[in-house]
Amino acid sequence: MRINCPHCGPRDSAEYTYYGDASRVRPSLTDTGVEHWHAYVHERNNVKGPMQEFWHHLHGCRQWLVVTRNTATHEIGAVRFAKSPVSDTAGA
Amino acid sequence: MSTQSFRHTSGGRIDRTQTLRFTFDGKAYTGVAGDTLASALLANGVKLVGRSFKYHRPRGIVSAGVEEPTGLVTLRSGGRREPNVPATMAELYEGLEARSQNAWPSLAFDMLAVNGLVKPLLAAGFYYKTFMGPFQKSWMWYEPVIRRAAGLGVAASERDPDRYEKINAFADVLVVGGGPAGLAAALAAGRTGARVTLAEQMPSLGGALLNEPAGGAPDNWISSVVAELRALPNVIILTRTTVFGAYDGGTFGLVERVADHKIEPDAGEPRQRYIVLRAGQAVIAAGAIERPIPFGNNDRPGVMLASAARAYLNRFAVLPGRKIVLFTNNDGAYATAFDLKAAGAAVTVIDARVDGGAIASQAAQQAIEVIVGHAVVETHGSPLVQGVALSPYDIATGQCDNGFRRLACDLVAVSGGYDPQVHLATQRGPKAVWDAKRACFVPGVAPDIQSQAGACKGSFATADCIREGFAAGAAAAQKAGATGKPGELRVPDALTANDGSATFVPAWDVIPPKGLREKKRFIDLQNDVSVSDVKLAHLEGYVSVEHLKRYTTLGMATEQGKLSNVIALAQMAKLRGIDIPQVGTTGFRSPYTSVSLAAIAGHETDMHLRPVRRTPFHRWNEQQACVFIDAGLWKRPWFYPRSGEDVNLAYRRETRQVRETVGMVDVSTLGKIDVQGPDAAEFLNRVYVNGWKSLEVGKARYGLMLRDDGYVLDDGTTSRLSEHHYFLTTTTAEAAKVMSHLEWLLQTAWPDLRVHVTSVTDQWGGVALAGPNAKKLLADAIKDIDFSNETFPYMGVRQGHMGDIPVRVHRLSFSGELAYEVFCPAGFAEAMAEFLRDFGKRHSLILYGVEALGALRIEKGHIAGGEIDGRHTLEDLRMEKMASKAKPYVGSVLRIRPEMTSDDRPRLVGLKPVDKAARIKPGMILQPHNGPYKGHGLGHVSSTTYSPALGHSIALGFVIGGASMEGRIIDAVYPLKGDIVMVEVVPPHMFDPEGDRLHG
Repeated sequence: MRINCPHCGPRDSAEYTYYGDASRVRPSLTDTGVEHWHAYVHERNNVKGPMQEFWHHLHGCRQWLVVTRNTATHEIGAVRFAKSPVSDTAGA
Repeated sequence: MSTQSFRHTSGGRIDRTQTLRFTFDGKAYTGVAGDTLASALLANGVKLVGRSFKYHRPRGIVSAGVEEPTGLVTLRSGGRREPNVPATMAELYEGLEARSQNAWPSLAFDMLAVNGLVKPLLAAGFYYKTFMGPFQKSWMWYEPVIRRAAGLGVAASERDPDRYEKINAFADVLVVGGGPAGLAAALAAGRTGARVTLAEQMPSLGGALLNEPAGGAPDNWISSVVAELRALPNVIILTRTTVFGAYDGGTFGLVERVADHKIEPDAGEPRQRYIVLRAGQAVIAAGAIERPIPFGNNDRPGVMLASAARAYLNRFAVLPGRKIVLFTNNDGAYATAFDLKAAGAAVTVIDARVDGGAIASQAAQQAIEVIVGHAVVETHGSPLVQGVALSPYDIATGQCDNGFRRLACDLVAVSGGYDPQVHLATQRGPKAVWDAKRACFVPGVAPDIQSQAGACKGSFATADCIREGFAAGAAAAQKAGATGKPGELRVPDALTANDGSATFVPAWDVIPPKGLREKKRFIDLQNDVSVSDVKLAHLEGYVSVEHLKRYTTLGMATEQGKLSNVIALAQMAKLRGIDIPQVGTTGFRSPYTSVSLAAIAGHETDMHLRPVRRTPFHRWNEQQACVFIDAGLWKRPWFYPRSGEDVNLAYRRETRQVRETVGMVDVSTLGKIDVQGPDAAEFLNRVYVNGWKSLEVGKARYGLMLRDDGYVLDDGTTSRLSEHHYFLTTTTAEAAKVMSHLEWLLQTAWPDLRVHVTSVTDQWGGVALAGPNAKKLLADAIKDIDFSNETFPYMGVRQGHMGDIPVRVHRLSFSGELAYEVFCPAGFAEAMAEFLRDFGKRHSLILYGVEALGALRIEKGHIAGGEIDGRHTLEDLRMEKMASKAKPYVGSVLRIRPEMTSDDRPRLVGLKPVDKAARIKPGMILQPHNGPYKGHGLGHVSSTTYSPALGHSIALGFVIGGASMEGRIIDAVYPLKGDIVMVEVVPPHMFDPEGDRLHG
């Protein structure tokens, strides 16, 4: 499997580490709701189909990426920097 | 030495001028260049080559390719010994050494063949019944017996002396298979200018065309295509290379058997090469394998696939039998009869169909007897086939009737049609689909970048294979972006003839007529699974394809359903009264054929298994006779022995001397992260549990980080070098994790913070100087820093120079002594170490390693890897008072859940043995004194050492009750060895609890 890093270009998945669902929203630091943090840290949907995922280009530019991956086919779609606005994407 | 009495004097694709000597079970034989071990054995009349997996029945050579189920041998000896090699795939070389498997004491006289007499015990489901039934407990007793009796070859126990390598490769178009379809595909793609890799598992290109008589039209076609391919610089041809797996994103796994056809690899040559190939497009042209027909005693040596019999004749000039029965349900197999007849064998064709049609008439004209509407019911002879029984046969029901008669022969060639090799094509899904018209599975719609051509998608006629391959190759190249034109490929008239597959009528079983006792009809010859085993599985409710496989061991090991899968499905379909696809479709997973672990490991063995990290002081440490220890990837100084000292004597001396004078330890492995930016203070304030906004320039602070879930992630000291510049240190073990964590937070949670983090672990070398003389020593060595307590207090940070070497000096202590950490740019490390050693002489400086470092910190109750193991909370570590109540930080919400702060959790304590001579061991479980000992007890021991300061063994550990247990006696136990040590629970801080020594 290869992921098209917006900084480095297409690279083998072995260069990356995986960090799961990128669609969940991290509570704000000042949010003291245990349920909010619990949901964010522990609860996951088991998605079949396209899913937004965090991948870290650990052995490359060390950027955290948001990768659209189809969990049924492993097809890699759009990839963007996690810190960038959604429009800033690299092609599949 | 035996002669090759079954070898013809002409024909074949061999080089008779090169005689090769080899041994089989110690006996010497000869073959010729171009032989496989199988063809050479058959040339010598050796038909019995192995014993079967469960019943130890005699077995021979069944095929001429990768599908070989029974002709498995052990090749070579010593570290090069390789078990379970199909003799059909082992190319002969001078000096080849092969042994049969599964026979004891010898192949001809196998004591374990008695399994055949008690086979009801070993029938399908044997393992399940043993594990789950009333016999469960007896498994322990008879496992060794069964393990010895049932099994394949034995792996080498010595080290493999050969080199294996692993490479990455890229192609626009990968073509799998070098038969007619694959050659045509590679040519079409190659002509467009695309980068093409053509992989063929056999040593020669041509595929099934190589089964045709040598020197004819097929050979001419192959040579012209191969010549054109070789002239194309953009085409890479890999023979002896199996594409064993298809993976995501156009990644394929290939293994090239670079030197398996030699007695040993040439100098510098790997034995095998594992190729990870990323392809833009892939054309799978994997061909087809002939399907057997099950009949009684169809496993006897001398029963062979019809295509294999033809291959032995036309490839190797070996006559596999002199009086041959060909049992077929199709026209295609008649070619075998014609060629064998022409080669001088007597041939009788038993055609399972009611009418043999034109091909049968053609056979009759060549004086070949054809018996239609009959089946081979069983073979007889022991151990080799001496004849068959044949009987009138209803191909639709599989039932024989109206008696039988016997016919003498020495070879039964069988053809039940062809099965497309859908394995690779379907690995990534979708599953294969049943083609009722052709009565075989064909690949489903190819996923994304893959396409299929030729026999592997059910097109058996050579001309169709060539046309499909050419079209698929052209299409793949275009999809991969090539712009050149593929031109035309004319199929020679001589290759447009014969399509035996159109006449194919499936024959799934041969049920004996009345009056003939039923013999075992094997479906999977390798795993000894017969028709009766499938019936038993059905009777006992294991009716789905997945259960059938696991219950009967069908298609296990190297067989993987190549010959057995479709027949077994047909049997189950018949028993259940449903159609084959309703039984279920087998999903295929890589690898297609066996791949050696050595090839997958490649050169990543020994020192190359993982990178080795050395500190910038490493060479210097070596010069000081340091003994190193592995800590993760690092080589860390363990201890510095003086003459006669072992680790125990050395670290105790080092520990004592640190507390008496001064010691120096290499701490370069600490994770070091440069944190810069206007929001750096805010950032640290969010990631550490304690407050950071008030830290002044020139000061350091100890900090603890949590994960989001509230567990402790790491600890370390971070110093403020200037307004917007911090130097953060982590533990050695968690350095990489902390770096990723900080990047994660900055890039995903708080992208608005103006902070950069950079790992500088490798850029800075560092030592700690600890002991009463540390200050005096450093004051001598560094002239531009004032070391007085007033100007450089505890937790101060100063930058200065040691000679010309720029240094950062942090006054902090892990040992509890007056201590400093001195960092310098890595390139100066050796010079700095020399400097300090020279200045250290007058201060009685010694070097100490991580063993003494551990002893010093355990005496002080300082936590490290044993305590920060990802399972403990601040309360567990008794550090909760460090956590700020005035601010939120990572983990601040979830750490206060009741389960996390409960008093029932084991908490950090110190432990001292009641008997001062006793030793507390790492990992001991803590239990109530004198029991009862239950489960995980009260907690566990996390770190241990001998304390020179206290004169006995001490430990840190976690005990339910924590501080409230102090003064109590409990037991530290090691159940595996029966050790019990009575220990007293004490505060973790066991030496100098007031911390007087720290301030010098």
